[in-house]
Amino acid sequence: MSLVTLQNLSVRHSGNPVLTDVNFSITKGEIVTVVGPNGSGKSTLLRSIIGALQPSSGQINRAPDLRIGYVPQKLHIDATLPLTVRRFLSLPKRVSNSVAKTALDRAGAANLADRQMSRLSGGQFQRVLLARALLCDPQLLILDEATQGLDQPGSASFYQQIETVRQQLGCAVLMVSHELHVVMAASDRVICLNGHVCCEGEPEQVASAPEYRALFGTGTHGALALYRHEHNHSHDSDCDHDHHNHEAAE
Amino acid sequence: MILFDSFLIYAALAGLGVAIAAAPLGCFVVWRRMAYFGDATAHASILGVALALSFEMSIFAGVLIVSLLMAATVSTLSNRGYAMDTVLGVLAHSALAFGLVAVSFLQGVRIDLMAYLFGEILAVGPMDLTVIWGGALLVLGLLWWRWSALLTATLNPDLAYAAGIDPRREQLVLTLALALVVAVAIKVVGVLLIAAMLIIPAATARPFASTPERMALMAAFIGSISAFGGLQLAFTFDTPTGPTIVCLAAILFAVSNVANLLFRSPST
Repeated sequence: MSLVTLQNLSVRHSGNPVLTDVNFSITKGEIVTVVGPNGSGKSTLLRSIIGALQPSSGQINRAPDLRIGYVPQKLHIDATLPLTVRRFLSLPKRVSNSVAKTALDRAGAANLADRQMSRLSGGQFQRVLLARALLCDPQLLILDEATQGLDQPGSASFYQQIETVRQQLGCAVLMVSHELHVVMAASDRVICLNGHVCCEGEPEQVASAPEYRALFGTGTHGALALYRHEHNHSHDSDCDHDHHNHEAAE
Repeated sequence: MILFDSFLIYAALAGLGVAIAAAPLGCFVVWRRMAYFGDATAHASILGVALALSFEMSIFAGVLIVSLLMAATVSTLSNRGYAMDTVLGVLAHSALAFGLVAVSFLQGVRIDLMAYLFGEILAVGPMDLTVIWGGALLVLGLLWWRWSALLTATLNPDLAYAAGIDPRREQLVLTLALALVVAVAIKVVGVLLIAAMLIIPAATARPFASTPERMALMAAFIGSISAFGGLQLAFTFDTPTGPTIVCLAAILFAVSNVANLLFRSPST
């Protein structure tokens, strides 16, 4: 059963095309990761799915009554705004104490309820954001580079939490990540995005796709090399997409 | 003696109305860093006064119209590549200047200018009081109704979208509330000091509040004390009332910060 389907989605930012003809769907329980260079439209894709951006053409079909939990890329809470974690969870809809507690427990943030949001550490903050996304008992959990700014152990334990959550709730997970080793280890499917879908498939397929290597390289560019260095080094791309900017960087 | 009592009571009630409407709105102004935006809207309202006097409308309507126009202009221009503070700097002061020039064209108004710049709370009559409390209740109702959505949109626009809230609509609600507060406060503290009534009580309340709601309530309390106390002090020392109210608010702000420094550890 498909939760969200995008058909020929195109999105423009002040006249410039950011996404062109993107086709995508995600089904129940699946973990899909979107990878791609900066400015490739990863966040735009997620924000279109949650409805924060209007497509300039194409269609977004969401399953009826789809519950989406969204963990934003970063959230700056101004220190002028006094806000406890508990109060934060009740925005915009008031939730009962038991619902709040369950969500905090699931997100690994059990003891943070009375803390001020502006005084949490990076890792604690992300867990609270995760807890907030879990309040609606989501069928689809969307994370936009949720571990940005966390150190290696912090981000590893965060992704472990995501995996636990998926096992508990059976929700689908759609995430953007720069951490290629995490992607390869945790995803059912990877989508390589650069304004359009360059390639997609299981992590191993994608990692060996020439389009993907044109974007990320096979050498020192990604932690991926640790896992996939046995692949032969072909940069010859047989696809007709534009990857020159990234090849130049290699 | 009856007369003396009633005008002081009117003044006190007017100050109270402005204080409790300005407090929760002022919190949003502080949280969203819109302080200068409030200033700009307030400064533009002198143009509204000129407009109202020349077309013989009520001051309230004139100020409301111009404040809303100002807010709309600011929103439009800030999307055109100018930095927000530049846009506001240009618009706030030009609106004030044009307003002052426009008022000077009107016969017989010049003597009243000070009343609009610094307020004339002691001249508040029953009619003014009705307008002030009507406006204040409208602002409170608006904020009460949209409170959760406003808070969510203030936190993060994307979180708002994900919850089915349109942050642009909430921005509009705040703009409308701001124009209303400016329109009702002009008689009490005057064009130049309205922003102070928005920001100072909210800033004073911040160190002692743990949730947004408590901050708004405390700000309302602090604003009310400033209004009552300021009125009393102005009467005792024969000082201009509007500025005295703001002075008292500023003193409370200073005291709250010193108290916070003394009685709490630096980490909290």
